Amino acid sequence: MAGYVVRRVLGMVLLLFLLTLTVFFLFNMMPADPARLTCGKACSPAVIEANRHHLELDIPPIEQYQRFVSGIFFGRTFSKDTPRPIECEAPCLGYSFLRNTEVLTLIARAAPVTFWLAIGGFLTWMVVGLTLGIVSALKRGRWIDRTIMGIALIGYSLPSFFIGLVLIFFVILDWNLLPFPQWTTPDKDLGRFVQTMLLPWITIATLYAAFYMRLTRNQVLEIFGEDYIRTARAKGLPERIVVVKHALRAGLTPIVTAAGLDLAGLLGGAIITENIFSLPGLGSLAIGSVLASDLPLITGITLLTAALIIFANLIVDLLYAVIDPRVRVG
Amino acid sequence: MINVEEVEGRAQHSPERPFLSVENLAVQFKTEDGIVQAVDGVSFTLERGKTLAIVGESGSGKSVTAQAIMGLVKGMGGIVSGEIWLDGQELNRLSPSEVQALRGDEMAMIFQDPMSSLHPFYRIGDQIVEAIVAHRKVGRGAARREALEMLKHVGIPAAERRIDAYPHQLSGGMRQRVMIAMALINSPQLLIADEPTTALDVTVQAQILELIRRLQGEFGTTVIIITHDLGVVADVADDVAVMYAARIVEMAPTSEIYNKAEMPYTLGLLASIPRRDRGQQERLDPIPGNPPSPIHLPPGCVFQPRCKYWEQVPESQGDPRTVRPELVETSPRHYVRCLLPQDVRRRISHEVLQSLRGSAE
Amino acid sequence: MSTSNGQILDVTDLRTYFPIKSRGLIPRTIGQVKAVDGIDLTLAPAETLGLVGESGSGKTTAARSILRLVQPTSGRIELDGQDITHLSSGAMVKVRRKAQMIFQDPYNALNPRHTVGGIISAPFKVQKVVPPGGVRAAVMELMERVGLNPEHYNRYPNEFSGGQRQRIGIARAIALRPKLIVCDEPVSALDVSIQAQILNLLKDLQREFGIAYLFVAHDLAVVRQVSHRVAVMYLGHIVETASQETIYSAPLHPYTHSLLSAIPIPDPAQQKKRNRILLQGDLPSPINPPSGCVFRPRCFQAQEKCAAEVPPLIEVEPGHKVACHFPIAKPPESVVVSMAEEEAEVVAGARDAGVVDSGVMPH
Repeated sequence: MAGYVVRRVLGMVLLLFLLTLTVFFLFNMMPADPARLTCGKACSPAVIEANRHHLELDIPPIEQYQRFVSGIFFGRTFSKDTPRPIECEAPCLGYSFLRNTEVLTLIARAAPVTFWLAIGGFLTWMVVGLTLGIVSALKRGRWIDRTIMGIALIGYSLPSFFIGLVLIFFVILDWNLLPFPQWTTPDKDLGRFVQTMLLPWITIATLYAAFYMRLTRNQVLEIFGEDYIRTARAKGLPERIVVVKHALRAGLTPIVTAAGLDLAGLLGGAIITENIFSLPGLGSLAIGSVLASDLPLITGITLLTAALIIFANLIVDLLYAVIDPRVRVG
Repeated sequence: MINVEEVEGRAQHSPERPFLSVENLAVQFKTEDGIVQAVDGVSFTLERGKTLAIVGESGSGKSVTAQAIMGLVKGMGGIVSGEIWLDGQELNRLSPSEVQALRGDEMAMIFQDPMSSLHPFYRIGDQIVEAIVAHRKVGRGAARREALEMLKHVGIPAAERRIDAYPHQLSGGMRQRVMIAMALINSPQLLIADEPTTALDVTVQAQILELIRRLQGEFGTTVIIITHDLGVVADVADDVAVMYAARIVEMAPTSEIYNKAEMPYTLGLLASIPRRDRGQQERLDPIPGNPPSPIHLPPGCVFQPRCKYWEQVPESQGDPRTVRPELVETSPRHYVRCLLPQDVRRRISHEVLQSLRGSAE
Repeated sequence: MSTSNGQILDVTDLRTYFPIKSRGLIPRTIGQVKAVDGIDLTLAPAETLGLVGESGSGKTTAARSILRLVQPTSGRIELDGQDITHLSSGAMVKVRRKAQMIFQDPYNALNPRHTVGGIISAPFKVQKVVPPGGVRAAVMELMERVGLNPEHYNRYPNEFSGGQRQRIGIARAIALRPKLIVCDEPVSALDVSIQAQILNLLKDLQREFGIAYLFVAHDLAVVRQVSHRVAVMYLGHIVETASQETIYSAPLHPYTHSLLSAIPIPDPAQQKKRNRILLQGDLPSPINPPSGCVFRPRCFQAQEKCAAEVPPLIEVEPGHKVACHFPIAKPPESVVVSMAEEEAEVVAGARDAGVVDSGVMPH
């Protein structure tokens, strides 16, 4: 098991390295010229040239990449030969000249918003999705199963911006049940935090809950057809143990995979939901950076999101090994 | 080991019925394509300590019959009618929790594929312990010791180590031994083995059959063995019931089936089997056609569409395409479901079996 | 074209090893599964060679290697006089006109999205052959020949029963009149009554078209029904090969004896009379095969020599070859347990007699 973990972690490091390489060169090949973008309206070729030098774009791409990577580990200094050099300490993901802020600072500011949004949404959809999915499977073919699957279909077909807008319109504007969302951290004002996040959580959770209801139902039904479930019943185990200990444990493995990856993806930013509820999270930040062609920021956010997914993959695989002995003991 | 007198003592409160008596058992499943009549009026009895083989091809209803006895069919959405008397108790009338208490205790079952029948996530020892504590108030330590004893008893080498193995670490034969250990751990009076050797290699098959036979002798267990293989049957069964298209079409003591079978389907099965004790036949004599769909069973004799002899049925017996034959006793303990008159059946039987025997020389 | 010796198939010293990779970033080969470890086979036109063995014996890998569905590690495969061992996959397409395969599972071997007509006509299209009268007429004739209703041309495989699907597979295989068909457990997934139909069909086709069959199966009774010659495989090796009559009536290898004794006979009287050798344990792992003779750990004949020397496959009489240091015509009394007496003690009895070697169980 230890060897397995080490192998997987090493694999992850290798993957991350390849990732930085890809992301860096992909974005540097884009037609947008950061030197021109940072130049302002009164721009002359001389200024662009100077900016290009400041942004360190006048050196070969390989060297740019080297500086980028070494910045992550050792920090780096931008605009060295100017009167106002910018110190960027390790881990330095770059510097946004458009916003005059370190990329990491921008991300660190936005991350908690996205984190709470994702976690809350995740818990909501997992609880709702799994519970209704299991109930649906156990009552297969009955009216309750049909109702739940009907709900899932509706949830599945409603786009999140629509749900978000409907919620805002009725719950906040029309019925005045909640104040308009305004971001705060849970430690500062818990009540306000919950009031703000409630609707975003529901918005995010609806789509995923619908998906997990169907996934869970299918999984449980499939497992119920397995021979070892029949064996468990033939042993005379109570149905509760058959369901919980034998069926669910085996049936949940694919759900764990899906959940881990979905959560990771969400941690990279929920663009639509954040925008609708004006939450200053990573999704909003990403949209802003793309619209402004803020290359260092785009690179940083992309790297972070991808790293999250790779990491989640690792966690999922390790969980798999814990759940399924066939992975653990060859 | 169970004391033989004790085993016999248990039967005393139900002197009027045999140990197991299945009466007019029928099982239906509702599917999108229509109602599947999986079992249609199956009746048989089985004395304590004896072995009944239910032989049939896929879709004949043999496995569903077994699962209905175990009370597993209702959970699968099947509709069960008829009566199942086990040791003086009618099972079909019992509540699900009452049947559950009997499953794995009074009656146990082993299945065809020992790999998929064991839970891949749990150690084999834990899976056996689970069966013990489900039915008896035993501490886990004692249960584990008991599981270990049973694993040794069914011939698992290095059982002390293997008790903590996961199913995927064992070979097919070992896994089937584990299944048997698990089934016998609560000393059931009835053991149902559903194709216990089909998924195994022929040399391992022989080991498992020997094991079942040995344990049956030791524990005095009554056994129903379900198989498609008439060869396996010859080895272990006292009686054989041949099923075709949801019904028992012939039932008799084992040697009677091989030497005096009367139902054309049984004869067809016997003629279909390539055998090593006979000379190489130029051609086998198979049953033509395919079994009927369980959704559209023929209204009369279920075997008529594939039967070579149905035109020999005299008019007085009725048209086999519309008249459903009953299972009748043709000689003591030998039952046949066929509209052909007895003398015609026996003549056909004689011809077919004689030609098979002829090729044996 | 025909070979000098008139064989349709001539396999020499065929070996197929599968590498075992270590798990890690850069997988290394840390061992080999010797699935097929040096076998020789020949097959004459219109002849059937039965290749029998238990799971893990390498019989299926051998069959697939011969048609190059699996790349053999070494050896030489000559099909109809042509060495096909190293042909490119492009060149193999032409070869497949002469050699076809029928698979075990009629459910998985047919593409569910293609009609029966499409499936059976595929060989014509792949080989760019237009039969006289057109492809459709030829396919319908084939369907009729294998016992399918030609009117079902446009149906899909899921509308057919297992036996009928196997007939579809057979029609596809014989479409181009191949000289060799490798049958990989063609009837083991079918019911007994259907099995017999298919075996008869295969025999009829052989007589009609002169096809040679390499018939791979675990069921010795089935193999006997169709084969002219039989080769018994154990752990990648052929341990005995002879004519069908000889293998079943006068085998010499202890493993063949055990295999035969394990087949149940559907007749209680016969069953009680016959002798029985109960092998203990399972096949050892082909990753770490036993030294010397591979059957040694489960063998009642085993002696010291068996552990030290690999027994060569020697011709003991014309056409009958055995790989055993101590071949035996009649198994000794001590390990043969008559079924009539002390049924319950058979396992224990065999163990006392020293047949059992628990050490062979995989640990």
